[in-house]
Amino acid sequence: MDRSSHPRSRRFAPVVAVAAAAALTLAGCSSSSGGKKSEEGGANASAGKADTPRMTVALVTHQAPGDTFWDTVRKGAEAAAAKDNIKLIYSADPNAGNQANLVQNAIDQKVDGIAVTLAKPDALKGVVGKAEKAGIPVVGLNSGLSDWKDLNLLEFFGQDESVAGEAFGKKLNEVGAKKVLCVMQEQGNVGLTQRCDGVAKTFEGKVDPQNVNGTDMPSVKSTITAKLKQDPSIDYVVTLGAPFALTAVQSVSDAGSKAKVATFDLNKDLIKAIKNDSIQFAVDQQPYLQGYLAVDGLWLYKNNGNYSGGGEQPVLTGPAFVDKSNVDRIGEFAAKGTR
Amino acid sequence: MSMTQQATPAVGTPPAPGPKQSDGRTRQRPLALRLLARPEVGVFLGAVAVLVFFLFAAPPVRDGSSMANILYQSSTIGIMALPVALLMIGGEFDLSAGVAVITSALTASMLSYQLTMNVWVGVIVALLVSLAIGAFNGWLLVKTGLPSFLVTLGTFLILQGVNLAITKLVTGNVATDDISDMDGFAQAQKIFASSFEVGGVNVKITVVWWLVFAALATWVLLRTKYGNWIFAVGGNKDSARAVGVPVTFTKISLFMLVGFGAWFVGMHQLFSFNTVQSGEGVGQELIYIAAAVIGGCLLTGGYGSAIGPVFGAFMFGMVQQGIVYAGWNPDWFKAFLGVMLLGAVLINLWVQRTATRR
Repeated sequence: MDRSSHPRSRRFAPVVAVAAAAALTLAGCSSSSGGKKSEEGGANASAGKADTPRMTVALVTHQAPGDTFWDTVRKGAEAAAAKDNIKLIYSADPNAGNQANLVQNAIDQKVDGIAVTLAKPDALKGVVGKAEKAGIPVVGLNSGLSDWKDLNLLEFFGQDESVAGEAFGKKLNEVGAKKVLCVMQEQGNVGLTQRCDGVAKTFEGKVDPQNVNGTDMPSVKSTITAKLKQDPSIDYVVTLGAPFALTAVQSVSDAGSKAKVATFDLNKDLIKAIKNDSIQFAVDQQPYLQGYLAVDGLWLYKNNGNYSGGGEQPVLTGPAFVDKSNVDRIGEFAAKGTR
Repeated sequence: MSMTQQATPAVGTPPAPGPKQSDGRTRQRPLALRLLARPEVGVFLGAVAVLVFFLFAAPPVRDGSSMANILYQSSTIGIMALPVALLMIGGEFDLSAGVAVITSALTASMLSYQLTMNVWVGVIVALLVSLAIGAFNGWLLVKTGLPSFLVTLGTFLILQGVNLAITKLVTGNVATDDISDMDGFAQAQKIFASSFEVGGVNVKITVVWWLVFAALATWVLLRTKYGNWIFAVGGNKDSARAVGVPVTFTKISLFMLVGFGAWFVGMHQLFSFNTVQSGEGVGQELIYIAAAVIGGCLLTGGYGSAIGPVFGAFMFGMVQQGIVYAGWNPDWFKAFLGVMLLGAVLINLWVQRTATRR
């Protein structure tokens, strides 16, 4: 009893019809504005290629999948690798134990250098020691400013989150803010907490922290709206990641609040928002630079014995402020996803 | 949303036909008890309790616009909680529901942007993709006979990876490009992400859709043959098949309904935020399932309603925003949320026990 033995032509007729309809629809439906066609092409920053011997570098971060920030770090690292004739192995896991395993994995592969983020330094102490014992130079980037020396890392590239927070607080004083809402997209994250605490340290007004569910934008939007309603005296909303700043702008208008929005970190949509005044300023820790310098630092150490930061001091990549005065210049690079 | 709809079809089988004989087994019980036996009564009382509590504890909640904000938050959970609840009544659940929302939004956004098409092309293709994902889940489940936990855990992981990898491959970044200046955007935004004024209060359109979908789902569940099939396949698949219920069709179409929900919420996210982050959506599936369970649907299938999850989602939104309106210490936020939800579930359980005691 085979009920599915229709003649071929009849079976495929609807498929063909749908395909034809789709083709017709597509042909008549181009957008006259926006889209890929309006995107300006830009040459990537390229600095030729070194003729030093091929080497392998592992970059191991605590990136959560799909985070724009880490994507920029990786682009920087890839640019340096291409220039320095380096094979770059990128791996990441937000769980500290898993990240340690990834470092072990790099050691097993006998790489020529490891760049690692120290979001949870204690969990990585053991495996970083192993790498050093195996004679593999290790540099730190992004997180772990207070721990890289203890772990005997060669160099460190990053932003001091507290320093960035403090600079942010000072900037808030300059623009005359009175009461600030500090929006944290990930509860319990050390770096984010340091940013808010840093703001609170130098800011002369009051800082209210607020946790939001970073994986659900509608929830972020209504939570900020709710907070602005609950406390109408808030006149500045500070977000700790670029996508959340753009959402906060919507919350402010939903709540009928007059609060202004400023943020940590940067992306290309944020540039537009700064240009049209919906966001006041952003502080950038230059993730591209962190990835680039970490890989380049390992190359310099291997080929010329150099220590960036003299082996004593970290190399700071932030805080760099982006506001109306310099947004046009930085916007060109952000459009390519490298700032 | 009255509480006086006809009683839920009996657990496991379609409603028994024929007039009732008074042999004592089918004796009418008091009205109050019969009302309490409805799956959504427990959550209704819980939601009222939470609402009253926050009306006292958080003065800003009394404001109309705050209520609109709470309803907005509830609606984005609630629209997805509805198909998830129907699926649960049908005896299955879908762990890929959270990331499927983002898959849909990414598809629409990238397709329109990369090909510079009217955004409606992307919207329609995204609908097809979402339905296809649902159909795939259902088909795999029916074909292999594996538990839905395993099948949808698989799709959950696949979609999570695909979301990220394809976005990176196509855009070179991990978020999609802004499509707000493209043709058709304003039109689509009106449907999926606009808002309107009611007595000076700005209400989001998703709230309307949420209630419309809930009414539709209730009608389907209680008044149509398909509704009976859902209860039947969730109650006992084999006896349902024995009495002629198309089990395969019912299960696959339920998964496709979840796909439809994911598409709708995905479109809302796209047209209200203009871009989509590829890593979002993880963990949302549990919130949808929680809203359905709080709403009186049994995890084991065969029992539940479409109104229950409406209150379930409302309770979730109310607690989540109420804590903020009350200005409580944000460090405790998640803990408050957990305690209040457990409390709500306990009320629910107690009501059901009281109601079904003879």
